[in-house]
Order: sequence, then structure tokens, then C-alpha cells
Amino acid sequence: MVQERTLPEYHSAATSLTRADGLRLYEDMVLGREFEDKCAEMYYRGRMFGFVHLYNGQEAVASGVIKALEPTDYVCSTYRDHVHALSAGVPAREVMAELFGKVTGCSKGRGGSMHLFSAQHHLLGGFAFVAEGIPVALGAAFQARYRQEAMGESGPMQVTACFFGDGACNNGQFFECLNMASLWRLPIIFVVENNKWAIGMAHERATSQPEIYQKAAAFGMPGVEVDGMNVVAVWDVAQTALQRARAGEGPTLIEALTYRFRGHSLADPDELRSKEEKEYWLPQDPIKQFAAYLLTHNLAQEAELAAIHQEIRARVEDAVAFAEESPEPDPRDLRRYIYAED
Amino acid sequence: MAETLLFNALREAIDEEMARDPSVFVLGEDVGHYGGSYKVTKDLYKKYGDLRLLDTPIAENSFTGMAVGAAMTGLRPIVEGMNMGFLLLAFNQISNNAGMLRYTSGGNFKIPLVIRGPGGVGRQLGAEHSQRLEAYFQAVPGLKIVACSTPYNAKGLLKAAIRDDNPVLFFEHVLLYNLKESLPEAEYVLPLDRAEVVRPGQDVTILTYSRMRHHVLQAVKTLEGRGFDPEVIDLISLKPLDWQTIGPSITKTHRVIVVEECMKTGGIGAEIVASINDNYFDQLDAPVLRLSSADIPTPYNGSLENLTIVQPLQIVEAVEKTVALQV
Ligand SMILES: Cc1ncc(C[n+]2csc(CCOP(=O)(O)OP(=O)(O)O)c2C)c(N)n1
Ligand SMILES: [Mg+2]
Repeated sequence: MVQERTLPEYHSAATSLTRADGLRLYEDMVLGREFEDKCAEMYYRGRMFGFVHLYNGQEAVASGVIKALEPTDYVCSTYRDHVHALSAGVPAREVMAELFGKVTGCSKGRGGSMHLFSAQHHLLGGFAFVAEGIPVALGAAFQARYRQEAMGESGPMQVTACFFGDGACNNGQFFECLNMASLWRLPIIFVVENNKWAIGMAHERATSQPEIYQKAAAFGMPGVEVDGMNVVAVWDVAQTALQRARAGEGPTLIEALTYRFRGHSLADPDELRSKEEKEYWLPQDPIKQFAAYLLTHNLAQEAELAAIHQEIRARVEDAVAFAEESPEPDPRDLRRYIYAED
Repeated sequence: MAETLLFNALREAIDEEMARDPSVFVLGEDVGHYGGSYKVTKDLYKKYGDLRLLDTPIAENSFTGMAVGAAMTGLRPIVEGMNMGFLLLAFNQISNNAGMLRYTSGGNFKIPLVIRGPGGVGRQLGAEHSQRLEAYFQAVPGLKIVACSTPYNAKGLLKAAIRDDNPVLFFEHVLLYNLKESLPEAEYVLPLDRAEVVRPGQDVTILTYSRMRHHVLQAVKTLEGRGFDPEVIDLISLKPLDWQTIGPSITKTHRVIVVEECMKTGGIGAEIVASINDNYFDQLDAPVLRLSSADIPTPYNGSLENLTIVQPLQIVEAVEKTVALQV
């Protein structure tokens, strides 16, 4: 008998998701899925190396939050970062090339799977140590408030969306940063992707209060729990959190209940998670659920969705071809980028 | 010209840079209302406000990481370590985030960040408050490490560090904050990457930094009386080392003594000796000597503490010994 937390109910009538937004979200989720499936294939074919953490199953979280942001906002991720990068607008070509270690990659082949960066797309990283991205995201959020209040800049408040896992929520940096974000009313959205596992450590075995969103109360900030397999629900809570942050009212903690459909990384045999648990979660596939939603709400036709799948497959193939054909970094540049001057 | 205390020289540097560039701000424990544990930011919050003199909770790893994020997004933070030793808690942020991130990101981001504060062995502060982190951090790629030693260089170097586009670890010394010196009225900025030839000489090159500069100069007085002519170089930049200044000195004197306050194992001197071995071996007329602190946690007891760090007399003896040697 699997003990699952009841996914919070969501009344979709409340949303104002337009057809255009719906198709945009769908395309983004499909891109995430297809890209990751291709990564698995390329990894097993020896085209990419190192630790590669895939995002399959969690797409509704990246798409629902990041697609609600403006291009001037910031995104901060972990080592499970491919899809956050794609949602933030880093071209699939640049992400794939990075995974291939090519100089055309978004980190010029210096970073790899766990260190995707793009200043242009306001992607702060790509952080391979659990929880270390949270303070960095806090700094970007502080910067937004500072620019307005200490430097007199105008324009909408930039918001930072900071992603991390359930495992990170037992680390001091999580608590320290929630405290400072709330204390200084920083424009940041903390997005916990609770996929129930931190490698082989089950969430309930690691934490004294498994309902992570409840921890927000201790810092005087709103904490919301959301069905992380339902992109419309995620999009909705993201909008609310965004409005709050932009208005200068401070941070929100969003706990998205989700599940990864693959092992922790491509090197993980995934032996600890039970068959029952997987059987509970697999049918909740966020992409299938959203396709059904778009169709029943007359926001899209079957043929349109099929066309999206086709276009995305072509885009991912193009990304692979680009990565294959791209040059390796020049060995003469081995020491470049150590200091700001080079 | 008024005499300025070292802590005030640092304060002037921060004040001038904050006035010059609104993206410069200070964060750390008690940097605002309290004015900093050594008064380096005293009353600056009255001029610049609470956001630019940001009093943080006691959360070193998170506020240091926060400074990295602010630097990545265009601000120029100055982190004050209430005591530099406390930044051991922020080792990850200083190493992985401040030091390595620019490289890892393939040049996507630069991190104009200063991390400064008091370090070194004080007066009976006990082991935890007597640390010399420069040795621990020297292996981290992407960092610059600077140690100031006089009011004059403290001010000029800190201004340069704030203007630099790289993460700079800026070490002050707990026992040097009350040094006095007349400073120029006009604004000045000193190069971050240059060692200072404190006393030119012919017999031996003494490489030192921070408080040990003053121990060396005490020893030099005695040595001059005994007819020695040592060259004293204050390294200033501990990473990268200024071989353009150190190298010619070695080729002139052919003898080197390193005097440092960090522990011997894995110290700044260890790195210097290894580099001299690589590049200047043929120039040497005597083995390079290292005078370092003992490889022990700094003891509380005053006389044991004195035995832990290098004293001027040992420097005198080392010079006499190395100059007498012929190989
Ligand atoms: C500081 C640190 N300790 C340990 C690890 C090894 N590690 C990598 S991922 C992980 C589990 C993290 O789980 P969670 O935060 O839930 O994120 P998820 O992998 O589920 O997305 C661990 C322990 C690490 N990367 N960093
Ligand atoms: Mg997890």
C-alpha cells in the first residue's frame, strides 16, 4: 500500500489561461521531455559523459513557473537543469552542445550537464552542490530591490525563480535564505520540486515535517502546495507569487508535488522506488494530462498538438546535429575565463 | 597632513568608492548600525542607508552566496567577514561560486566581489579566532588574494579591489588596525597585483606579508646594525604572486627567506618555495628558508602563542645563517 500525499485539488475554471499560453506551455513541456529522452539516448551512445540528471515527469513545474516570467526575470537551477534552461529560452542547440562538451555550448563546454549558464537568458546556473544555488538566487533578488531603492532605477521589479529539490530543504541554506528573503521582502519565488526522493533518501526519512510548504509560515511568508503534475495549477500559483513579488510584497514558497520518471541520474539503477509508487505516479504524466485539458477546453485540436510534437522532434534532432558538428574547445583556451579579463 | 589609523584608511576607501559608484554596497554581520567589529564601516549607514550597509543575520554561507548572486547580476558587493575565520562556513561559496563560476560558465558571468575582514593571530584570541585563511584559499582558481599591511596600502588596495571585476579576498590583520600613517590628500589607487619593495638590499631577499612585514622590519634594524643589507618585499598579492618583482630580486641576491604567519604546511611560503624550485633553482646560493607559524591550533596562553608565530629574533638568525652559507 503506497502512502501518497493527496494532491491538492485544482479548479481549472479559475484560470484565465489563453489558447496562446496553453500552446506555448504545451510546446515547452514537450521540448523538455523530448530533449531529455534524446539525452538518455546520447548518453548510452557515448556522446555525453559525467553525471546527467534528467527531468522527465517534472515538466509542469519548469514550464508552469518559467513561462510565467518576463525575459528580464532570473532563473536559478540545480544540477537537474536542462529543462529549466530550455524553458528560460536557452536554445536546444546550445544546451545539447554543452552536454557534448562543445565550444558552442551555453557554457562553452566548460560546464557540462550540471553547470548550464546563460547571462543572455538570465539563467544564473546550473549549481551542482545541493542548495548552493539558493543564496545566489537570493542575491539576484536582492539586486532587483537594490536597483530600485538604492540606485533609483525604474521599471518593473525583476523577479527571481529559484528551483531546488525536497532534499535541499533540509539544508541550512534553505532556511537561512527563506529568512533573509522574507526579512527584506525580496522578489523571489522559491520553487521546491518535491519528487519524494533525494537520490536514495526517501523524503519522509529525511525530514521532520514532510509538508515543505508549511515551513514558510515560520518565516512569515506564504507557502503553497500545488499539484506539480498539473501545469495549469502550477502556472496559476506562479502568477500569484509573481504578482506578489513584483509588487514588492516579498517571497513565496511553492511546493510542487511531482515525481521523476527516471532514476536520479543516468548512472542510477533506480532500485529503491517501489513498483506501486511508480504505478501511482506514471499515469499522472503532466504532458498527457495537459493534452487532455487543452482538448476538453477547446484550446487546441489533436492535429495542432501532433504538429507540436513533430516540430519539437525536428528541433531536438537539429540540436543533436548542431552539437555533433560543432568544434571542440581550442586547447589553447584551456586557461581562458579564469579571470574577468580573459 | 593628518595621521590616519589603518581602520579609518579602510573606511575612507569604502566611503569614497560608495560615493563614486552606487552599485557598491557592504554586507555582513554588524556592518551597519554597529559599524563593524573593527569600526571599518562606522556610521556609513547614516550616509548610505540600511540597504547599502546591509546588516545580515549570522549566516555566512548564505550571505556570501547572496553576494555572489548580486555580483553576477551587476552589483559590486563588499562582504565583511566579522572575523575572516568565520568564512570557513562560506568555503563552498567562496570556492565553487566566487572562484570557479566564471570559468565553469564559460565566461558568461563575472563576479566583482570583495570579501574582506580581520584575520591572523591576535592577542590570545584562541585557535578559532586566529586563523590565516589565505593559505587555505590559495588553491582556488579564479580568486585574487591580497593582504594589506599599512594604512597607505590598505586604502589604495581596497579601492582597487572594489574596482576589480574579479572576486578578491582582502585580508586585514587584527593587530594592524591601529597603525598610523599620513595619507595623501589626493585620491590614489594602488595596483592589486604588485608586490612592494619595502627596502632594497643586496644580501638576501625576504618575502613577507601582512603583520610579518613589521616583524621583518624590526629584524632589519638589528641586521643593519650588524652590517647586513637585506631586501624586503611585501608580497601584497598572495594570488597571483608578483614574480615580476620577486624574480629579479632573487636573481640579484641569490638567497631567499619567506616569513609568513600562516602555518608551514601548505602555506603561502610552500607555494613560493615550490615555484622558486621550478624557475629559479639555478639562481640560488643557499636553500630557501621558510619561517612560518607552527603547525598547531594557535594556543591561548600568551607565551605559547608567541612561540607559535615567527619572532624578529628568528628572522635575524635566519638571515645570518643563510648569508653565511656558501654552496
Ligand atoms: C552539497 C551536496 N551534497 C551531496 C550531493 C550529492 N547529491 C546530488 S543530488 C542529491 C539529492 C538531492 O535531492 P533533491 O534535493 O530532492 O533533488 P532531486 O535530485 O530530487 O531533484 C545528492 C545528495 C551534492 N550534489 N551536493
Ligand atoms: Mg528530490
